[in-house]
Amino acid sequence: MDYVIEMLNITKEFPGIIANDNITLQVKKGEIHALLGENGAGKSTLMSVLFGLYIPEKGTIKVRGKEVKIYNPNAANDLGIGMVHQHFKLVHNFSVLENIVLGVETVKNGFLKMDEAKKKIIALSKQYNLRVEPDAIIEDISVGMQQRVEILKMLYRENDILIFDEPTAVLTPQEIDELMKIMKRLVEEGKSIIFITHKLNEIKQVADRVSVLRKGKYIGTVDVASTSKEEMSEMMVGRKVVFEINKNEANIGDTILSVKNLSINSKVHGKSAVNNVSFDLRKGEILCVAGIEGNGQTELVYALTGLLPVDGGDIFYKEENITHKSIRFRNSTGISHIPEDRHKHGLVLDFTLAENLVLQTYFLNQYQKFGFIDFKSRLKNAELMINQYDIRSGEGPITYVRSMSGGNQQKAIVAREVEKDPDVIIAVQPTRGLDVGAIEYIHNQLINQRDMGRAVLLISLELSEVLGISDRIVVMYEGEIVGDVNPSEVTQQELGLYMSGSKRGVGYEHK
Amino acid sequence: MNISKLLNNRSFKSVSASIIVILLGLMVGYLILLISNPRQATDGFIIILKGGFNGGLRGVGNMLHNSMPIILTGLSVGFAFKTGLFNIGASGQFILGAFAAIYIGVRWTFIPIEFLWIVALFGSIVAGALWGAISGILKAYRNVNEVITSIMLNYIGMYLVNFLVVNTVFDLTRNQSISPIRAYLPRAGMNILFPFSSVNVGFIIAVVVAILMYIILEKTTFGFELKAVGYNREASRYAGINEKKSIILSMMIAGALAGLGGGLLYLSSTGKHIEVVDILASEGFNGIPVALLGLSNPLGIIFAGLFVGHMNMGGFYMQRLRFVPEVIDIMIAIIIYFSALSLAFKSFIETMARKLRGKTL
Repeated sequence: MDYVIEMLNITKEFPGIIANDNITLQVKKGEIHALLGENGAGKSTLMSVLFGLYIPEKGTIKVRGKEVKIYNPNAANDLGIGMVHQHFKLVHNFSVLENIVLGVETVKNGFLKMDEAKKKIIALSKQYNLRVEPDAIIEDISVGMQQRVEILKMLYRENDILIFDEPTAVLTPQEIDELMKIMKRLVEEGKSIIFITHKLNEIKQVADRVSVLRKGKYIGTVDVASTSKEEMSEMMVGRKVVFEINKNEANIGDTILSVKNLSINSKVHGKSAVNNVSFDLRKGEILCVAGIEGNGQTELVYALTGLLPVDGGDIFYKEENITHKSIRFRNSTGISHIPEDRHKHGLVLDFTLAENLVLQTYFLNQYQKFGFIDFKSRLKNAELMINQYDIRSGEGPITYVRSMSGGNQQKAIVAREVEKDPDVIIAVQPTRGLDVGAIEYIHNQLINQRDMGRAVLLISLELSEVLGISDRIVVMYEGEIVGDVNPSEVTQQELGLYMSGSKRGVGYEHK
Repeated sequence: MNISKLLNNRSFKSVSASIIVILLGLMVGYLILLISNPRQATDGFIIILKGGFNGGLRGVGNMLHNSMPIILTGLSVGFAFKTGLFNIGASGQFILGAFAAIYIGVRWTFIPIEFLWIVALFGSIVAGALWGAISGILKAYRNVNEVITSIMLNYIGMYLVNFLVVNTVFDLTRNQSISPIRAYLPRAGMNILFPFSSVNVGFIIAVVVAILMYIILEKTTFGFELKAVGYNREASRYAGINEKKSIILSMMIAGALAGLGGGLLYLSSTGKHIEVVDILASEGFNGIPVALLGLSNPLGIIFAGLFVGHMNMGGFYMQRLRFVPEVIDIMIAIIIYFSALSLAFKSFIETMARKLRGKTL
């Protein structure tokens, strides 16, 4: 048996939750071993155990056949284990070179000797084809290059067991392709890679074997080549997952939200963030605003929900002009908002789940009497929603939301926004960073809402999502609407042309 | 089984962490006594532990009186902290409250004597609230950090009060404010419970106000809004809460609490006067450790204030021995340093709880 890493029967508990329950992971030398699981399945915990960030209650770890105890990341480093974290651990105002040598600087008489380090880094970056500029400052370089710096950090420390924690979540499609090439190259040079992900395409593309975790338990290890995507996702979710989205014909009703000549000045540059935008949203349809990030979608949503003042134009909701109405007026009269950034806008992380579920309704008579909170009805509301929307957490209604997984945080927001019985739901990238099971769940919720006659405005960057669930698409480019297309008639390529500004639809020509 | 249940209780974890911290602080304090005066260290330590009880009921009464202003400034800091603001300006708010109370007590002779102290206290609340509101408005509308503005307002407040005292209620012969004899606080029977001590209705007011603050923060929708804004301003805005109003109200309440503390202390018949000197009121700053030790919980702050008052009385009685009075300040400071570690102790207790639970399972 030629395993570089063996984690045998690992158990790690947190208050109220067993994050890893008797998990075994065996990685062969020179393979890319994928670790697959939904959010909260225990992947990150398991890797933190291997990296010395957590000490497991039970189980043994063997590195190259020898049993070891890993008490801190330095010990892991000494064993040749390196990790690229999901959120990079870089010093933003240091140069690439300084970040790479940080902690293992070459020193002569107490002075830094950077020249040798620089040579070594340039050699490494050539050997593995990792393009970096050693003297650039981290905050000036792209996310893709920052990731390559993280990889070089591991190589510089002569690590040969490399952990990648969801490395593709922050990358563009081109950068993902490049990363895949780099990973293959690393394995050719004799490194072993543990690749944490929940994206099946990427596993199919690069991994040799895959171990699957579900709800803290070990499900099994299989060869990637002989296993289909459907089989893998069934192992991960515990049931069959439908990749195709099934939905009935839309039953479109009257216009409920109408935007007329809306303009918003940009805070960043002199131009308009949103420029003379008009569209109608009708009952019973999912209208998708597609576009590349930063083309005015965020500002448009802020204007609709009242977070940002409007500089020109009007918004009509149920034929009432709400352009200058308060946020509370809008969110208490039937406009729901699933925000883009669930940590910034959607949740108060240091409040409990029960408190977050009444974040916009706490003042209703149902939840208070003469200004005093009715704790019983608040708790009842939380229990109801937790059951109905299957929100999982360590301690139920009294769980602090900060300690919940991303998918369940998003479920809590969706539950809160849908349960308000809204007429309009504005969902901004509602599936960002979520796993297959949660994405399927959220798509079904949105389609259900549509079938109930509610209007859904979906803002999304994922083309497959845009084409999969919407009934109508408008494309935004540089703050303007450049096209209005039917998803069943448009191809991904054509949509791409609209999104990059190279094509404009009929009636949306340059003025 | 019961022990593990207790160890898992959230509030128990917080309280026991505070207690462990105090015990460790006392131990290190004892070491310092040993270093500064080895022969009397044990005697001195016992005096400190006995605190107000050294002087019988009179000592206890004085201890209560001593803790009254710092409970209120502690509440001021703690309330702001619970709502995400760091009010370092309790000192300025405190002294403005004190001035307003004295001014009304001395000059508003048209008010019947039975009501004068009540009106004077309201004056101190309003003055403190207005002073706090300045920081709140700057934070809400211009996003100026409240730490900076409130520190500056401490000095502005001190000089302003010096100026106002000299021009309105000045006792030239003693270089201090005139005694507001007509507005002295009633004793409310406290002088019967604790004969010959300084304690008066002020202590009762402080405790009632603390309970009131607890109810506002934990039981009302108003408190829910203030806390939501404190934890996440953007999410509160998204939820439709008027976050600017919340920030200003938080600072006003914090200021009102400190101002009330000033009013209560300077309306006591203990010969406390505003002296025209360039020194910030120390009660304002002592509120910060009290709030820390009380974990910003209004009820915890009552006990933290009593504890610090108790220690102060111990320091007072310790002067019988040959100790420098600063030693007691050092001891309190050490306890505060340890209280910064209380989070570490909290996680220690959590580990203990888990181990115990593992065994009982």
